[in-house]
Amino acid sequence: MSTQTVNVTMSGSRKRRIKDKLASVSVTAGGILVLVALLLIFFYLLYVVKPIFDSATITRKAEITLPVQGQTALLGIDDQNQIGYRFSREGQLDFFALDSGSGFPVGQLIKHDAVAGQVTSVTTTSLGKRQVVYGFADGTAQVVQPDFVVTYPNDKRVTEAVLKYPLGNEPIVLDERGRAITHLAYEATSALAVFAATTADGETLLTARVGEENFLSGEVEWTTKRYALPPLPGTVEQVLLTPDLRYLLARSGNLLSVFDIRDLDNIRLSSAIQINAAGGNVTQVALLSGASSLLVANDNGVISQWFEVLKDGTRQFTHIREFQASGPVRELAVEHSRKGFIALSAENHVDLFHATGETRLLSEVIGQGSIDSLVLSPRNNSLLVEFGNQFQFFHVKNEHPEVTWSALWQQVWYEGYPGPQYVWQSTSASDDFEAKLSLVPLAFGTLKAAAYAMLFAVPIALAGAIFAGYFMSPGMRKVVKPTVEIMAALPTVILGFLAGLWLAPMIEQHLPGIFLLLVALPLSMLLAAFVWHHLPRRIKESVPEGWQALMLVPVLVLIGYLCLTVSPILEGWFMGGNARGFITNTLGMRFDQRNSLVIGIAMGFAVIPTIFSIAEDAVFSVPKHLTQGSLALGATPWQTLSRVVILTASPGIFSAVMMGLGRAVGETMIVLMATGNTPIMDMSIFQGLRTLAANIAVEMPESEVGSSHYRVLFLAAFVLFVFTFIFNSVAEFVRQRLRDKYSSM
Amino acid sequence: MNKWFKSGTPWIWMTGGAVSLSLIAVVGLLLLIGWRGLVYFWPHTIYQWEIDNNGQTEQLVGELHDSELVPTARLRATGLKLEGEEREVLERYLVKTGNREFVPLDFRWVLETNIRSRTTPKELAVLERTTNGNFYGYIEQVLESGKAVDGDLHQQLQRRIERVAEINDQVRSLQHADIGAINYQLEKLRLKERRLELDHALTAAAQAGIEAERKALNDHYAQLEKQLFTLRDQTLRDSLVVKDMRGQAVTIPLSNVLDVNWPNDMSLLSKIGFWFHQIGKFVSDDPREANTEGGVFPAIFGTVFMVLLMTVIVTPLGVVAAVYLHEYAGKNALTKFIRIAVINLAGVPSIVYGVFGLGFFVYVLGGSLDKLFYPEALPNPTFGSPGVIWSAITLAILTLPVVIVSTEEGLSRIPSAVRHGSLALGATKAETLWRIVLPMASPAIMTGLILAIARAAGEVAPLMLVGAVKLAPTLPMDGNFPYLHVERKFMHLGFHIFDVGFQSPNVEAARPLVYATSFLLVTVIVGLNLTAISIRNHLREKYRALDN
Repeated sequence: MSTQTVNVTMSGSRKRRIKDKLASVSVTAGGILVLVALLLIFFYLLYVVKPIFDSATITRKAEITLPVQGQTALLGIDDQNQIGYRFSREGQLDFFALDSGSGFPVGQLIKHDAVAGQVTSVTTTSLGKRQVVYGFADGTAQVVQPDFVVTYPNDKRVTEAVLKYPLGNEPIVLDERGRAITHLAYEATSALAVFAATTADGETLLTARVGEENFLSGEVEWTTKRYALPPLPGTVEQVLLTPDLRYLLARSGNLLSVFDIRDLDNIRLSSAIQINAAGGNVTQVALLSGASSLLVANDNGVISQWFEVLKDGTRQFTHIREFQASGPVRELAVEHSRKGFIALSAENHVDLFHATGETRLLSEVIGQGSIDSLVLSPRNNSLLVEFGNQFQFFHVKNEHPEVTWSALWQQVWYEGYPGPQYVWQSTSASDDFEAKLSLVPLAFGTLKAAAYAMLFAVPIALAGAIFAGYFMSPGMRKVVKPTVEIMAALPTVILGFLAGLWLAPMIEQHLPGIFLLLVALPLSMLLAAFVWHHLPRRIKESVPEGWQALMLVPVLVLIGYLCLTVSPILEGWFMGGNARGFITNTLGMRFDQRNSLVIGIAMGFAVIPTIFSIAEDAVFSVPKHLTQGSLALGATPWQTLSRVVILTASPGIFSAVMMGLGRAVGETMIVLMATGNTPIMDMSIFQGLRTLAANIAVEMPESEVGSSHYRVLFLAAFVLFVFTFIFNSVAEFVRQRLRDKYSSM
Repeated sequence: MNKWFKSGTPWIWMTGGAVSLSLIAVVGLLLLIGWRGLVYFWPHTIYQWEIDNNGQTEQLVGELHDSELVPTARLRATGLKLEGEEREVLERYLVKTGNREFVPLDFRWVLETNIRSRTTPKELAVLERTTNGNFYGYIEQVLESGKAVDGDLHQQLQRRIERVAEINDQVRSLQHADIGAINYQLEKLRLKERRLELDHALTAAAQAGIEAERKALNDHYAQLEKQLFTLRDQTLRDSLVVKDMRGQAVTIPLSNVLDVNWPNDMSLLSKIGFWFHQIGKFVSDDPREANTEGGVFPAIFGTVFMVLLMTVIVTPLGVVAAVYLHEYAGKNALTKFIRIAVINLAGVPSIVYGVFGLGFFVYVLGGSLDKLFYPEALPNPTFGSPGVIWSAITLAILTLPVVIVSTEEGLSRIPSAVRHGSLALGATKAETLWRIVLPMASPAIMTGLILAIARAAGEVAPLMLVGAVKLAPTLPMDGNFPYLHVERKFMHLGFHIFDVGFQSPNVEAARPLVYATSFLLVTVIVGLNLTAISIRNHLREKYRALDN
């Protein structure tokens, strides 16, 4: 606005001038506020997304010196990161405070205990169960379990450390001949506890405690059974049991023998594999959380991951991928309920890896001296490290190890899958489930839906826009344009509902008819034109120019009706009366009722008005002197259109298509309701899909705030935001340019 | 022929055909929704079929719900014999048999070849029930306290149904108004106690006071409950004996019956009356049976309430932003950037706003509000969970570009001479704006608001994240202080369509209701849009006159 300074003295000027100033300030503030709000959307989305791409960090929280002796068998931390415990190889147990929140000063010894007997071996169960098993020189074993009882006397939180004996105070006899136990493995489910033990003379024994519920008393009665394993080559250096009691793994040197122990009366060797990496020797085998994967550490720093893959009808342990630690691996510490692990190499160099993501999250030298042992807390956010009798407690910030750029956009080989794949599967009913967050199937679904919608919408919308903007009589245009624009205002939930519950079953019922329509409609238009061309001049002249659209309506309705009516007959003739069966059996394609064809039509319907409206504006605003000049030079209307009008309006038409694409990409309700929402990657027109937007709508309400899943959904929203913003900006920019160009003509 | 093709005429016809297709699609869609939505309320004829079921004759009573043509070959493939059938396609009817608790499926497909006869007995009655859907059958007796009543069945029944409805109204008012208020006060009391406890101010005296109040409320509650039970017992007095299609007499308590009518016995006039009556019930009743029956009143109320709240928020913001962009901002790159950003925001998918609203408004803002002002209710969220206020704010941001663009257009249509005249007469800029410019632009602002309302009323995707639920126990407005409860969740017509159409256990039974709801929503939205378009056209004419 032109705001020249006007120098006039105003009556009551002071008050009015203040008011004026105030208005100007508040309006400006309001305007800026709106801009800030818009920016806020962008930055808030970014702010939520950012942590998933942060690298892991590790910071020291406490340093403790404890009067403990002997070699460490196991370190552990309670669920609250407040109390640490240490089991020594000699059977000594110590609990100590790591955080003053436990009710004790940091570093104080809380409790000391010891296991009776001469310890010859020690092992632990899988992570979540937190049980330690000592094997003794007389062939017996004892299971102990540290536990924490939290009480609130006088509103103050007190944690008490206790030691429990889940299988009773009496040691369990593993070897009836009383030989010392050198290696030991133990796992238990609710009704079965299995010990695997090797004796000093190299024999491997299996002891099972089977629980059976007494029908009368309801109590569980335990019976002990012993089984012998076939002799193994070499000396056994490590035995492992999987927590589901499916396999017993015995490692002698670089050879891993896998025993199938599901049927204890028929234990058999299912395979024996050389597991060392090229040029290295195995130092340790560990089970990754969830126990489907083996981690094999080598003395050349290579750590390989193995899991079972279905090959030729049998499940075989297969080498999947390798990680390179900074030096010969001395120890592996695996994460609880996640697929990460820490490799200790050299004296005090730790590498933090995520197995599935195939990423090294951290590589750092921590503390001074040589690390004896290290353990991660149950929540994977703390690390307890032992240097001699000195302990260091670290905070580990590593909240989203599984989400990396490559895991989101590249193929990943998940446990149990036959090969690397793009998978989106965020939740499942089972507990030790690994979320599979690949955005590729969703992005693919989004583009597929948009592509089918554009395939349907662009020809109709552009052709319609050209006719309405160039050929149509003004009176008719006045009615047609608002009518088409009403389409844009229709709630998409209604389009989605009709697509899902009316169109989808209708298409399934009349499949041959629908495909017949594709051919019959254009043909009938041509036929109508031909008939009209040969009608007597008298009739032709009674209808003004530019009314073709209205004349075609009854023709098209009739043809549409006919096509659908003959559909069952066609189905009977060509498809054996069952179109669906014909597609599935004869063409070998899967057929979903809510498929891409439905989406294409329904979403195309939603996109048509957007494209139509903008393209029609562009065609209509082509300067009249251009078209009149062309016609005056002898060009036919069609030549004028194709050589002058469309060329001039092409930026506007381009902008219209871009806007339409932007709308198709972000559309939520239609795809949510008219597809089966299955995240599959298949270009087939008869199959469903899942788009980014629909995925957000489905999963967001159930997502845990701050979890990786939550942040990945925000990332999906952010991708949609940026994507549509770019599309719209380009379209808008082109449109502005076009407008400037016309105004100069 | 070749010449004809060369002239381009066929292609012109093809482009014209595209317009026809679009028109057919729009009009067809509106007609489809309108037809299906309105037919739902019409009293359907109840048929009685004699059906051949493997050689035995079976009786089938119900409404004709749908029909389709099936290729005979497909039927043969499923194992049907169909001997001597020469037609290519056969017709198959979907019959709504109702009586859900007595038959395995309340919808049945019947092939035309199996039908032996079809009649429409006048005595067939439809019972609209509170649970288990409609019941079709012949009314045999009306029972009062187990004894048959003499006299005209229709009249007796009508009177008794009215009596039950009256008692039920009392029950509802007792339940919602009185007992609801007591529950609300009890919850308030609990929160007060907790608050005092958190402030370490819960003295013995305060505790005793709270206990006394609580006891008084509980006593009152017990009293009301007794009253409620007495009323409920009264509704159980009467019952009906109805003969269903299996020929068995079934006793149905009248407390379960909302309405009885005999559609086969209705004149056209009474059918029309019934139709209006049903529409009235649809917009004013609460939903029943997991939303698949009854009315949509809470959804209408929730939609209107949310949209009004949104209008209150979006109006000042949108108008101020437009005034800033058009009247105050300098013509620089920043202004251009803001303008493009605003236009672009109109194209950002609505679900993105929903995600932003959930993360920022609900969890960040709402969570902070809870910590500051409602610590006594924690860990139960007050504002920290989706609610109507957050939906309104989210949709306000979503519709902000609509209002800004429309208002700016209105501002730019005001001839600068008007502005200059005002300034020349000594008015300040603010005065010009307030007295001259805004009043002239008000129809444009109205247009923007109407368009915003139309958009907001039909938007569902963001609401799924920030507050719409399938069944809200209470409306966001009631008789308990502070009367407006903007933190509550609400029902929304659009979400209702999604939920009933796609998440309900009996989609076939719910479908007509979804059409009716869709019709309601489409009517409102198309109406609003037409209003906006006509205001805009009127405005353009007016300023064209002003310009000259």
